Formats: sequence, C-alpha cells, structure tokens
Amino acid sequence: MAPKQKTRNPELIPGVRKVSRSQMYHKRGLWAIKAKNGGKFPVHAKQETLAAVEEKPPKFYPADDIKKPLSNKRTAKPTKLRASVTPGTVLIILTGRFKGKRVVFLKQLTSGLLLVTGPYKVNGVPLRRVNQTYVIGTSTKVDISGVDVSKFDDKYFGKKVEKKKKKGETEFFEADKQEKNTLPAEKKDDQKAVDALLLKALEAVPDLKAYLGARFSLKAGTKPHELVF
Amino acid sequence: MTFKRFAEIGRVALVNYGEDYGKLVVIVDIVDQNRALVDSPDMVRSQINFKRLSLTDIKIDIKRVPKKKALVAAMEAADVKGKWEKSSWGRKLIVQKRRASLNDFDRFKLMLAKIKKAGVVRQELAKLKKETAS
Repeated sequence: MAPKQKTRNPELIPGVRKVSRSQMYHKRGLWAIKAKNGGKFPVHAKQETLAAVEEKPPKFYPADDIKKPLSNKRTAKPTKLRASVTPGTVLIILTGRFKGKRVVFLKQLTSGLLLVTGPYKVNGVPLRRVNQTYVIGTSTKVDISGVDVSKFDDKYFGKKVEKKKKKGETEFFEADKQEKNTLPAEKKDDQKAVDALLLKALEAVPDLKAYLGARFSLKAGTKPHELVF
Repeated sequence: MTFKRFAEIGRVALVNYGEDYGKLVVIVDIVDQNRALVDSPDMVRSQINFKRLSLTDIKIDIKRVPKKKALVAAMEAADVKGKWEKSSWGRKLIVQKRRASLNDFDRFKLMLAKIKKAGVVRQELAKLKKETAS
C-alpha cells in the first residue's frame, strides 16, 4: 500500500479544521499556479456539447405502467473444485447407479460437472458427467498426462434432439424402441481411446486396477468421520 | 503390590487430555498436590494437572527445573525416544496412528494382504490336519 498521504488540513474536532481558508490557499500553492499562468487560474477549454438528437414522440402510450425487471448482468462461474479433486484423482461416486464405484477424474466441464471414466473395462463406468457434491475425492492420483480429453464438453453428453414425428400410432411404438437402445459406435471408440492410455498408467501401480474394480462400502466398526480418504 | 511408577522429577509421562494430547513430557518440578511443572523439547514449559498425565516406566536423571538444553541432553542420554518406541505401549500408539492415517487405497491393499495371509494360514492348517488324520 502507498504510504498514507499527509493531510494538509487535519480535522481538530468534527467540523473544525486547523487551517483557515486563506492559509489553505497559500498552502496549496494556488498563487504560484496563477503566477505561472499570467494572473488567471488556468481553465480547461470548453468541450463542444453534442447537438441533442431530435426525439420523436412515441406512437403508443400504454394504459398502465409496465414494470421493468431489474437488469442482471451476472455470469455464472464454473463450480469451484475442492482442493482434493484434481485431474487424475480417484473419486468415489456416492449416488446413482454407480454408487460406491471408484473412478478416475479427467477434467471439469464448463457447466461445472466433472468428466469421469471408470475406465469402462475395469468397472463398467463409461465417460460420464458427475456432480462434485456427490463425490468423495481420495488422495490417490493417477497420471493422466497422456490422455487427450479436449474434445469432450457438455454438448457431447446432451440429449439428442429428435425430429418431431407425425402422430401415427403404429409408427410411434416401433420407431421409438428401435432408436433408443444402441450407443453410437463413435462414442464407443472415444471410450476406447481414452481408456487405452489410462489403463497403461493404471497397470504401472500394483493393485490399482483391482482397487478401481472394487466398490467402496462402509464396514462394521468404520467411523466415516474418522476415515482418511 | 506396591506402587512402582512415581510422579517425581525426571518421570516421563504421556499427556492424555488437552491441547498437548499424545505428547511425551518430563516432570520437571512439582507445584503442589495436584499439579506438576512439565517440559518437553517441542513445547513451552508449563504446569499441568496430574490427572492429565499418564505416567510411564521411563525416568531420566535431571535436577529440579533444568534448562532446556540440559533437559534435551538428559533425554538424549537416556534415549527416551528409543525406549518409548520399543516399549509395547509406545508401539501400540505408533500402530494406532498408522492405522488412522491409512488412505482408502491403503485400506484396500491391507484387505488384500489380510486375505492372502489367511489363505496361507488355512493351507498350512489343512496340511497339518491331513498329517494328523493319516
């Protein structure tokens, strides 16, 4: 911080200052500025005021006053990640169909959700989005420096928008059942590509693959608040 | 039968309550019936109630209220740390600390090791049973 500036005219009591008006004039050196400028105090040249645009009278006056909502220019930031959750950390998923599964964290997406993968071959968890609040971050880290996750974003995981079909009853049942079940081959290839490098990193550490394949559970006698993850 | 561990100057004790919980300290002076002056290489010399101390078997040779340097030298000479870590009480505490600090991955590896060990034991037992049966 800059050193506190000296006040030329300290307040002795609220409302009573030390130095008088004329003394302050001298202190501020206004006499010197005037002398420099030939007896007058220098003034900025007047700025040209822009000619006011002619406003037309409105065509329509509403009967009642319409209330305008207050403007809100706030932009949401992606959720702040806990210190324990860094790329390459093993996470324990706590809810959903994969609860208890230990999973590798890849990156945080722009929506704030965590991109995570099993790997699929190890525990059946595919490339998936997971919320930070439903996850425990362990202190086990995996090296994911070789893995390229730049192509994955929230749109990749969004639901595909189906074109509206005409309302034919028989068409309805048949078409829906056929389309929903299969995963596109492109997604399977993406999974394999990400997992290939990850598996090599996992095999380097003994027992780590088995660890990721096992589910976490509380056993009798374990006190969750005393567990170190 | 009689008392063996006395709260005397030079007695090493374990603090079992309060801010300094778990620390090994040396009784350096007796204040009164209830309190002692206690000191340790990593703490400021302070008074503490006897109720907060658990006396150990270890005793060092010091004069009443030694200087910190003298205290540290006496502790080194008596090898308090070594004796403590070899004693069964000391070893138990070390194991407890280690178990409490285990990672989730460490606990998994521990489980695998336990299963392996149990398997080996069971095999040996089966062998012995076979021998006695035959």
